[in-house]
Amino acid sequence: MSTSRPLERQAEGSTESSTEPAFAESASGESDGGAVAFEGTHSLGSPLKSTLKSIRALRFGPVSLRYYPRALAVSGILVVLLLAAVALHLAFGGTPLSYPDVIAALFGDTSKKKIHLAVTEFRAPRTMAAVLVGACLAAAGAITQTVARNPLASPDVLGVTAGASFGAVTVLVIGGGGHAGLSGAAALIGMPAAAFAAGIISGTAVYALAYRRGIDSYRLVLVGLGISGLAASLTTWILTLGDVTSAAQALTWMMGSLNGKDWAIVQPMAAAAVVLLAAALLCGRWLLLASFGEDTAVGLGARVGRIRLTALSLAVLLAAVATVVAGPVAFVALASPQVARMISRSVVPPIALSALVGAVFVLLADTVSANALSAPLPVGVATAVVGAPYLIYLILKYQRRLT
Amino acid sequence: MSVVTTDSAQLAPAQLRAENLTLGYDGPDIIRDLSLDVPSGQVTTIIGPNGCGKSTLLRALGRLITPRSGQVTLDGVALPQLSSQHIATCLSILPQTPTAPSGLTVADLVSRGRHPRQKWYQQFSAGDQAAVEAALVETDLADLADTPLEDLSGGQRQRAWISMTLAQDSGILLLDEPTTYLDLAHQVDVLELVRRLNRRNGRTVVMVLHDISLAARYSDNMVVMKDGGIVASGAPQEVVTARLLQEVFGLNAHIVTEPTAGRPHVIPLGTSSSTA
Repeated sequence: MSTSRPLERQAEGSTESSTEPAFAESASGESDGGAVAFEGTHSLGSPLKSTLKSIRALRFGPVSLRYYPRALAVSGILVVLLLAAVALHLAFGGTPLSYPDVIAALFGDTSKKKIHLAVTEFRAPRTMAAVLVGACLAAAGAITQTVARNPLASPDVLGVTAGASFGAVTVLVIGGGGHAGLSGAAALIGMPAAAFAAGIISGTAVYALAYRRGIDSYRLVLVGLGISGLAASLTTWILTLGDVTSAAQALTWMMGSLNGKDWAIVQPMAAAAVVLLAAALLCGRWLLLASFGEDTAVGLGARVGRIRLTALSLAVLLAAVATVVAGPVAFVALASPQVARMISRSVVPPIALSALVGAVFVLLADTVSANALSAPLPVGVATAVVGAPYLIYLILKYQRRLT
Repeated sequence: MSVVTTDSAQLAPAQLRAENLTLGYDGPDIIRDLSLDVPSGQVTTIIGPNGCGKSTLLRALGRLITPRSGQVTLDGVALPQLSSQHIATCLSILPQTPTAPSGLTVADLVSRGRHPRQKWYQQFSAGDQAAVEAALVETDLADLADTPLEDLSGGQRQRAWISMTLAQDSGILLLDEPTTYLDLAHQVDVLELVRRLNRRNGRTVVMVLHDISLAARYSDNMVVMKDGGIVASGAPQEVVTARLLQEVFGLNAHIVTEPTAGRPHVIPLGTSSSTA
């Protein structure tokens, strides 16, 4: 290798001098933290300035922010895509409307009453729901995959979606007897609340059962699959108890659907989503450490147990929020983080980019499923059509790496 | 704030001490009532037969496992009383089989060594950058900075991990079998690096090694363990004797003095069972 570096030459001669500690003249000082600090005495030559081209940081005074140029560029593109997908979704969520009419209505133009009503009361909440469901599921997926160190992990594995389905279906079937199905207060509050509670309970159960002097990702996945299986069979059993109407309503919900979402449910959930997503972003720095082996992370000063608990709690809550709004929309949590990771060439799925990819994914899937066939389909059908081949691809790729 | 240990700067490592440690995982105690003063600013190597608890002891010194009783102290303060992040600035540990997310580059790995000194608004200061660059140069990895870890050879990968612990800029370095799976040239390469880090900056080094001759060659101090306790410790010349090898390893051996540094060298003759 190159011998132009002063330190290497010193290294080569070290056998001779190494029996004597080479004490240096430079003054040393002790910082109050107990660690020893040396100010600006390094003698690295200028050729080394090129060593760290790959690590970029913005610095102003004591503040330094690490950034990834490619991820920044990708997020810019994704924001533009998101805006385009929002526009498409608003314009094609029913009878096609012209963009100027949609934009005017959004900015409070009430001159065309029907259009204003359609946009602000029917389409905007649905669009908002699509964005928040996609962002929350994808962020939950990114966190789960990082903590489990497995690209096949998703909040489904944490038992959240299966648990939430069980809760929702139970309320539907038990509370919704009669031909009209579930309606009124039970539909507005009871079902979302039951879905949310059951999702969190099963997520907590998975964590508690997988906990044995810490969380092992393999055990987490196995216990998660077990609990999800249990919740799914209980859900099927409950379905057989109900009548045809409520069973059909339950099945639609279980497909993942954005039909008939209004502000009453979307607004509070959007507020919750914003808080949870912000918390998830703040966790990102620690989350990367948790993606190292446990010993390495502890050695670097990370409290791994606490990081995992916080991160998985956030993932469970994010997934529960999304499931309350739209039911279990398949594959968004699984696919979006890996797509975000690949296009940004990140080491672990980046949370913000995953959320953007997820939002675009669900918006497009809902636009397509609402318009592709003569009868509108639930959004979960479209995401599953795209997501299932992806899952197969992922498993094949993963298997090849193992063999 | 630029905090950089340079090629010539002296560290003042904290005093690391194990007091009456009893350690174990799920089953019975692996180590019982063990005390050890780690000599500051020296290279100490723990040797002993398989399963004697060497790695367990090293892991306890690096707070990777919690003692059943007893304590590990840094400058007299028990580890649980210090924040893990603070400990990471005084002490770095390289586990036996460290794992990193796939696709991570060498530079990115080494930069994670700065984590204990960073805050959410201080993600990569000029000091961090200088420390990472110095660590890369020290381990001769500057040219491979942008290579993914999995594309490196075994020896290079081990140096990359050591480089990460260097970027941590701590006075104490704990290495759990740093030469495992390496050929002899790469083992020597790693041990030369370790000794250089000790000689130049006054770092305290504690490592677990299997090769007694290499351990004797590169250590100031050797600690010999058997069945969860320390049976001997001191300078290699005092510790490595035919009688000790017979007692601890059940190995019949000649001890010769190697000509370059005058350290003991083991010529194995056979095990007790084969030559009895």
